[in-house]
Amino acid sequence: MSPQHTLFYDIQKKMGARFVDFAGWEMPVYYSSITEEHQAVRQCAGLFDTSHMGQFLMTGSQAESALQHLTPNNIKRLQSGQCQYSAFLNENGMFIDDIILYKYHSEKFFICVNACNTEKDFRWVKDHLKGNAIVQDVSRDYALLALQGPQAESIIRSLTPDPQSLKGFHFMETQIGGIPLLISRTGYTGEDGFEIYIPTSSPNTASLWSIILEKGQPLGLRPAGLGARDTLRLEAAYSLYGHEINDQTTPWEAQLGWIVKMNGDDFIGKKALEQAREKGLKKIRIGIEMSEKGIARQDYPIEYEGRIVGKITSGTLSPTLLKAIAIGYIDPKFSAPGTKIHIDIRGKKRNANIVSLPFYKREI
Amino acid sequence: MLIPEDLKYSEEHEWVKVNGNMATIGITDYAQDQLGEIVYVELPAEGERFSKADAFGSVESVKSVNDIFSPLTGRVAEINDPLVDSPETINEEPYGEGWMIKIEMANKKELEDLMSADEYEVYISEETK
Repeated sequence: MSPQHTLFYDIQKKMGARFVDFAGWEMPVYYSSITEEHQAVRQCAGLFDTSHMGQFLMTGSQAESALQHLTPNNIKRLQSGQCQYSAFLNENGMFIDDIILYKYHSEKFFICVNACNTEKDFRWVKDHLKGNAIVQDVSRDYALLALQGPQAESIIRSLTPDPQSLKGFHFMETQIGGIPLLISRTGYTGEDGFEIYIPTSSPNTASLWSIILEKGQPLGLRPAGLGARDTLRLEAAYSLYGHEINDQTTPWEAQLGWIVKMNGDDFIGKKALEQAREKGLKKIRIGIEMSEKGIARQDYPIEYEGRIVGKITSGTLSPTLLKAIAIGYIDPKFSAPGTKIHIDIRGKKRNANIVSLPFYKREI
Repeated sequence: MLIPEDLKYSEEHEWVKVNGNMATIGITDYAQDQLGEIVYVELPAEGERFSKADAFGSVESVKSVNDIFSPLTGRVAEINDPLVDSPETINEEPYGEGWMIKIEMANKKELEDLMSADEYEVYISEETK
């Protein structure tokens, strides 16, 4: 199967982007250098193409209660114009996906899902939909850009006519250069920033890439690829489906208990989560800093006094800390920050420490 | 993409420079470009013996880790120690200061299995198709 391309592929190619296959899409992994793009986002701003991500539209007089049945966070607390981080969980209370919900009003919601899960999620949502609600897969109808970094707000303000500022985890409909958009103050980098949904039906959607880059250039904005997106989210300790979260992991284990509201209405997986909590956790998500050379990568064993007690889910060289960092799961008995462990790096036992997450937190 | 005329090349994208019985080994410009920014290098110890196609070390970029396979059989006579502290040298000068090891060849016949610069150029153009 030949890979899919986003609307911005041609212009990215012209800019010299290096591409990688990701969930069936040919996506930019970097333009010049992962670490330089990473630093640009931490210090100024970066523009990411994340059009591969999936979107659903849920409408109907019972859309709200239908969505509550499908997600563990409390939908009733969500105001119109607000976003919410949540999940789809299976009957075992384990992740089908992590998602962001957008509430227009109680009969209309927009849902952003992971690219690699879009088809699976859509089938699951359709199969478990209750009452008067309709779900549509509108992934092809939207391109998605993420403008992230301390300068992101100044750049957005110079581009949109709306004077009011957008609060964190809120969204609005606006336009740039006559192109209608949905903009949310959300992101996946640990910096302030925005995600910009662009209807692909607009004739000049592709021009938005250059419009934003040109406007932001004096403020240090540069295009950034999925490589920097991964190192940025790792420093901020955001979970990535297929690494930290999957259908063998509960939100309790992933340290995402805050998205589960056990006192609220019923949702799929709730009963299993109750039982899991009573039984106690078998594994828990932790941060790791290497104190010796080498990068701990996905699936490398974590050892404590010669015994395997966990494994790595993601790891990289942190461009901010200039140290090798990793996230993994470990037997909760050994999970205290400061615990000395070994990582089996291709047969060599390397010293490492458990540290508290996140690795990086922006100053506000 | 730089492919110096006076070197021999392996299918695993190592280059070999022959000087008498000694072979200097590194990774090609194409290989470093594919890897991206190299952040760690692991080298063998001097005196270690490797057969052709054994992994003698690894280079690690932000995104991935890759074993480096010995294109020749022999004993490690010298390693490029400074690489351990400045692995980016491989990105900057893959054929110069970025060399990895020198091997005392046990079987010079193995050189015949390596590609010339012209052959290697064709080889990578096929790979990128």
